[in-house]
Amino acid sequence: MAARIQIPREAKRGDVIEVRILIQHPMETGYRHDDVGHLIKRNVINALSCRYDGVEVFRADLSSGISANPYVQFYTVAEASGDLEFTWIDDEGERGSERQAIVVRG
Amino acid sequence: MKRRDFLAGAAGALALPGAALAQVDPRDPLVRALTNGAPVRKGKVTLVLPQLADNGNSVPIRITVDSPMTPADHVKSIHLYSERNPVPNMANFYLGPRAGKAEINSRVRLAGSQRVTAVAKLSDGSFWYDAAPIVVTLSACLDES
Amino acid sequence: MRFAGLALAAAALAAGAAPAQERAIPSGELKSGSAFLGSDLRALQNDAFANPGMLWVERGEKLWREPAGKKNLACASCHKDTSMRGVAASYPKIDKASGKLFNLEGRINQCRTERMGAEPLRYESEDLLALTAYIARQSLGLPIAARIDGAARAHFEAGRAAYHLRRGQMNLSCAHCHDAQWGKRLLSETISQGHPNAYPAYRMEWQTMGSLERRLRACLSGIRAEMLPYGSQEYLDLELFLAWRAQGLPIETPGVRR
Repeated sequence: MAARIQIPREAKRGDVIEVRILIQHPMETGYRHDDVGHLIKRNVINALSCRYDGVEVFRADLSSGISANPYVQFYTVAEASGDLEFTWIDDEGERGSERQAIVVRG
Repeated sequence: MKRRDFLAGAAGALALPGAALAQVDPRDPLVRALTNGAPVRKGKVTLVLPQLADNGNSVPIRITVDSPMTPADHVKSIHLYSERNPVPNMANFYLGPRAGKAEINSRVRLAGSQRVTAVAKLSDGSFWYDAAPIVVTLSACLDES
Repeated sequence: MRFAGLALAAAALAAGAAPAQERAIPSGELKSGSAFLGSDLRALQNDAFANPGMLWVERGEKLWREPAGKKNLACASCHKDTSMRGVAASYPKIDKASGKLFNLEGRINQCRTERMGAEPLRYESEDLLALTAYIARQSLGLPIAARIDGAARAHFEAGRAAYHLRRGQMNLSCAHCHDAQWGKRLLSETISQGHPNAYPAYRMEWQTMGSLERRLRACLSGIRAEMLPYGSQEYLDLELFLAWRAQGLPIETPGVRR
């Protein structure tokens, strides 16, 4: 599961930074049919979390009410240089993760 | 009381002036699971949706909560409810003082025109909400491609 | 009734078929499909991070460097330092060696089968969409400049005929909506001019990326006409006519559409 993360490369300590993530996932609702009329089993990313230097700063429970290829944007305070690490899991138990580093000055 | 009644009730209340009426019904099981019966007041939360969605499969949504986001006073979680989706609790977002700013942006699926509700839980245990109506249009052409 | 009215109005307008070099929509009035979107989807297309089609562009960039096939070659093994900028804007294009007309998808598969010793990628497969999107993205902002001279001429004429052919239960041609009625409302939508400059595009209706041919099939399904198989000659010819018709419009891949 590919994903894109966008955060500033650099920030000043104490800055509120914008965090954006876009994950490639169909967020299959469980209500759609395939070409031959079979119901496609529900499979959505049901949990997404973001740890900043190992500390959870954001978490979400998602459902089929979130669009395919889910996009989530939130904020966090730049505390120290380190990694923002996202992890997620879908209904079939497939896990994904992606990280991005930030340099914090001051 | 059914969820649909609750949300319809919330919608009706919003249409009328007067703070006393502008309350989400705390008896709704979905909300009760969250609030344990505590009142849910209108305010602090701002839910932004387009008035008209190009396509219900992907509708931009923004939720902001008026909060200093300090260790003493912050938003703990934000809960999104749809009155027409097969899964009414669309998402829950958990934040804390390290967020710095209580704002979430995402894109949601909406099964038809409806009112969407966002409930925020604050660190003092209080609950606040906002609701917004949206018209979701259907595609003009068939597409079985 | 809506369609009956539309068809009548269109029939009146389409009565005199225009000569080949005369465009039904003059260059000055060309509008990309993005001009017919709501502000949200237009903003999403222009957001190089949040545009979901960029997930495919990124995947394409990886595939470009990944060796495949018997010869263990990647696209990047041959196209080492050459940028693909401008390439997508010139397609569909005649392949000099074979004299055949190729769209970008066909050209990618030709490279795979003839040069890399690899299996062709299936139409609408994630990989073919990704590679096509990656290559097309490099022409972002460049005007469509397909050539219709030489061996392309016959394909262009066939494409023009296909564009104007009445089809399906609604007995409509492409021209009836996209030349004669663009800008007018059809239920909640505004009819676009039907240009190919943003494909492959991420369509909300599909909730995924799709090729121009998938979009053409969607139109055919909409007018209740027969959908041709992917990669068929009629689509290729039509794609060339569409490119000529959109000459000068900037490439927007990956577009975001309703």
